[in-house]
Parts: sequence; structure tokens; C-alpha cells
Amino acid sequence: MLIQVLFHIFAVILLLAALGVISARNPVYSALALVMCFITSAAIWLLIEAEFLAVVLVLVYVGAVMVLFLFVVMMLDINLAELRKGFTRFAWLGWLTAAAVIVEIAGVVWARGGLGGAIDAQRGAAPLPADYSNTLALGSVLYTRYAYPFELAAVLLLVAIVAAIALTMRRRSGLKQQDIGRQVAVRREDRVRLVKMDAEKRP
Amino acid sequence: MITLAQLLILSGVLFSLAVAGIFLNRKNVILLLMCVELLLLAANFNFIAFSRYLNDINGQVFVFFILTVAAAESAIGLAILVVLFRERRSINVEDLNTLKG
Repeated sequence: MLIQVLFHIFAVILLLAALGVISARNPVYSALALVMCFITSAAIWLLIEAEFLAVVLVLVYVGAVMVLFLFVVMMLDINLAELRKGFTRFAWLGWLTAAAVIVEIAGVVWARGGLGGAIDAQRGAAPLPADYSNTLALGSVLYTRYAYPFELAAVLLLVAIVAAIALTMRRRSGLKQQDIGRQVAVRREDRVRLVKMDAEKRP
Repeated sequence: MITLAQLLILSGVLFSLAVAGIFLNRKNVILLLMCVELLLLAANFNFIAFSRYLNDINGQVFVFFILTVAAAESAIGLAILVVLFRERRSINVEDLNTLKG
């Protein structure tokens, strides 16, 4: 009963925050509303006992990705009036698409009841044993059956790092920088010139 | 007890809000990226709900990988955005017409 109440509260907060993301006047407020969305989602994931992913969502998304978003939004000097022009021009199409998606999913879920017979959509999940550890269960498949995709994901992240740095790095002109290769490759003849001259007379 | 139907409806509404957001903010690249994040979040909701109600942990492993790919995507997307802003002084989608698409 308490879980039901909490779920409904979080669901309402989540949807309001999502509405805030798509309709906020300032991108900074959108990013903050998106943070709210992620935190509320993590709470709902905790309610349905996916604890590890809830923690990962807060750590990775709120802690890293959204901070990146906020940095970029604040760094760029955006002309908001230009971007907001014609804000509601295609709004009817957007709401129509949204309504179609909602009606389709609601129709399938409520009309069929049981989704394909495999599970009953109207019942709760089977309770887990008291000593069940979500992290243990996830880790025991992640490092055995999914070891190869796991390493691929790591390589993907590395590629993302390299790509992001390579894209945004620039050499400004007029900057005094060391070039280690040229420093090492320099030879004596390039730098030192021996001049032969007669000794001067003492005045 | 939370039923599967409630979770599916919630993620469906979230998904449709994000789709509406793409229509509303079609000029602002930053908001388009944020709406894509919302779409992925709605998809993750479905994965976790079905994983939990079918007692199959593999769905949650998939969410893990989706989170990884989404983080990489937003990092590269924002890097491209920064480069774009440096070139054009604008993030308006309508200014991106070099390829005449």
C-alpha cells in the first residue's frame, strides 16, 4: 500500500519534471528538470528492486552526464529568442504523436491484460528472497556471459573520450608552446656558431 | 504492489512527452539531446520492468549497456555542439545547411 502511494507520487513528479524539460524557457532549467527526472526514476527503480541500476543512474547520469550538459549550456552564449521563435508551430503535431503513442500503449496493456500470455500485466512481481542481492545477480552474469560485450563497452567509452577531446582541442595562434620532439632533435650546429677573430688590443 | 501495467503506462507517457519535446524544441540542439536522453530513460523503464516481472536478470544487463552507450553519445554530441558553436556562433538547427539536406 505504501509502495503504491510512493509510486504514484514519484510518477507524478517524474511526468511534471519531463514536462518541465520540454517546455522550460531557459535550457539551464531544462537541464535541472532532467536531473529531477533521473533522480525520481532512480527512486522508482528502487521501488521495483533494481537497486544497482538506480545507484548507477544517479552516479553516472546526475553526477557526470548532466554536469556535462550544464557546463555546455552555461558555456555557450545562446540567442534564446531566436531559438524560441515558432515554438508552437508544430506543437499540434507533437501532441498528436504523443497522444497516439499513449493511446496505443494503453490500449495494448489494458485490452489484452496478459501480454502475450507469458505474464499477467495486472499483478505484481514475485517477491524476492530476503537475502537476494541485485548487485551480486547482475555481476554474476555481467562478468561471465556478458564479459565480451562488457569489454566492448569499455572500449566504446575510451573511443568516446578520445573523440570528444580530439573534436574540441584547438591550437590557438600566438601561444608559446613546447615541442618536445623539436627540442630533442636539435643539433649543435643549429645553435652554436664559432667565430674566429683576432684578440683586441688593450686600450 | 506495483503492477507491470502501471510501469508500462508510465514509461509510455514519458516516451510520448519526450517525442512531443522533440517537436517543440526542434531548433535547439541541446534540448534535442536532452529529449533523446528522456527517450532512452523511458526505454530503460520498460527493460527493467520486464526484467523484474519475468525474473530475468538479462534485461538489467541490457540497461547497463544502454546507459554506457547513452553516456558516450551525449559526450560526443556535446563535443560536436561545442565545435559547431565555435564555427557558427549559433546552435540553431536551421543554420546547419552546409550539406543541403
